[in-house]
Amino acid sequence: MVKRLNNHFSQNIGDLIFEKLTLLFAVSVFLLVILMGYEMYLGSKISIQKFGFSFLFNSSWDPVQEVYGALPIIYGTVVSSILSLLIAVPLSIGVAIFLAEVAPSWLEKPVSFLVELLAGIPSVIYGLWGIFVLVPWLRNSFEPWLADKFGYLPFFRGAPYGFGMLAAVMILTIMLLPIISSISRDVLKAVPRSRREAALALGATKWQSTLIVLKDAKSGILGASMLGLGRAIGETMAVTMVIGNRSLISTSLFDPSYTMASVIANEFTEATSQMYLSSLIELALVLFIITIIINAFARILVWSMSRKWSAA
Amino acid sequence: MPQNDIKISVKNLDAFYGKNKVLHNITMDIPSNQVVAIIGPSGCGKSTFIRCLNRMHEVVGGTITGSIMLDGEDLSKNDPVLLRRRVGMVFQKPNPFPSMSIFNNVAAGLRLNGVHNKKEISLIVEKCLKQAALWDEVKDNLDDSGANISGGQQQRLCIARTLAVEPEVILMDEPASALDPVSTSKIESLIFELKKDYTIVIVTHNMQQAARVSDRTAFFYLGELIEYDITKQIFLNPAKKQTEDYITGRFG
Ligand SMILES: Nc1ncnc2c1ncn2[C@@H]1O[C@H](COP(=O)(O)OP(=O)(O)O)[C@@H](O)[C@H]1O
Ligand SMILES: [Mg+2]
Repeated sequence: MVKRLNNHFSQNIGDLIFEKLTLLFAVSVFLLVILMGYEMYLGSKISIQKFGFSFLFNSSWDPVQEVYGALPIIYGTVVSSILSLLIAVPLSIGVAIFLAEVAPSWLEKPVSFLVELLAGIPSVIYGLWGIFVLVPWLRNSFEPWLADKFGYLPFFRGAPYGFGMLAAVMILTIMLLPIISSISRDVLKAVPRSRREAALALGATKWQSTLIVLKDAKSGILGASMLGLGRAIGETMAVTMVIGNRSLISTSLFDPSYTMASVIANEFTEATSQMYLSSLIELALVLFIITIIINAFARILVWSMSRKWSAA
Repeated sequence: MPQNDIKISVKNLDAFYGKNKVLHNITMDIPSNQVVAIIGPSGCGKSTFIRCLNRMHEVVGGTITGSIMLDGEDLSKNDPVLLRRRVGMVFQKPNPFPSMSIFNNVAAGLRLNGVHNKKEISLIVEKCLKQAALWDEVKDNLDDSGANISGGQQQRLCIARTLAVEPEVILMDEPASALDPVSTSKIESLIFELKKDYTIVIVTHNMQQAARVSDRTAFFYLGELIEYDITKQIFLNPAKKQTEDYITGRFG
């Protein structure tokens, strides 16, 4: 009897310790995020005090004059991410549909593996490929062709440098494709087979049943796209290597641009003055906040989606 | 049976999953406007058999040899999509579309069939929900998700959805096995109503259910059709020893 009680007691203690320990871990992750935000706030305080909101809306980023306005940099980040997302999402949905619905399993397995492999390649390798293959091709073939055929649009004007917004958008698209398509494929595959059978038994064609499955997978695919957007906004190495790195707002995709992550990576080592450093940290803070908001949004979408499934 | 009363005629049907043969030389005729029950222990090929009748076996990787005629036409010669509009199916586990409202679940089949006139759709939806004995329970919340009603209601919703396409034959694979007794009896009386207009093939491993709802019963065992006759005959005076053992509960 005593022994049983003891056992019971020690089991309870074990559970209790386990519970508190995991709670501690969970809380510390949360604290870490807050702490990082707070540290960045402290680090950027003098910049925030000096420039206020003009930091976000001023167009000149000038270390010599000690004036820091991040508008072109935020513009470059937003435009490169959104454009690459707009191209990558439909392509990825196509790849995901092919893998989950169309391809026979002998083809699906190796292609899925390849796609996942692409998602794991370090971004510096994409960057190198960008410098040695993509940029020369853009400079010598694609950009002159675009200027020739579509030069009446403001997006395809100016000298074809190769390095610039277009190169960044293309490399980001290539990097997003494997990420978004492999998550979307998983989301599609998680839709129960009974749903497809329900559609087919009503006399749906393969294509119509796929549309119904897509409807079920909608918020999951949206979540995957959001994760991709977060990735595009934060991507540093590959973009820095091809975007041209000039703080400039231009409608032409041929022109060089800059992104927040690239600015931080490039200029941190050469930031000599207090104000310069502080402004870079403020840039990091803006990037941090945007990324957190996007990721939280993505998680909520994916979560609401999986709850809907378990209810069904 | 007079020839023109035969809706589906199955001859020398073998079914396979890969090399695994799961149906052996099935030959049987299914008469119009009757309810045919398929009984037998689990794994004997009941689901595979009824899937063959609207070529849903192809969706799960099955193949067949032999012939199945619907109104004298060979199924394998026609488009499976068109076939499934004539031969609908209700599954064991209710599978409404959770991303659609109750209304749209029923309308889904219509839209797939190219009916887009709003007024026509809402008339048919109402008619089918009434036919499926669900209308009174859902008429005030047609916009709720099809997944947020009870299991029994979901199954009747699936039946309404199948009816909306106006099939000639309805296949039901243990439609009440996941449901409570009240929902089960609702579905049974529904089947009774439906046979005026439809030919129904129902798989069940509930013997009382087969006895209650069907005109004819087929007993399958290990992929073979052991006996097929008027239901009363099967239950009161089976010709084969195996059938008798099964219905008296001596195995299975
Ligand atoms: N999709 C499938 N792939 C391979 N084998 C299957 C598949 N579906 C059923 N089977 C096999 O076919 C046989 C008959 O199954 P089924 O028709 O589902 O029987 P029942 O409905 O009478 O329980 C079983 O041995 C089962 O394991
Ligand atoms: Mg079965």
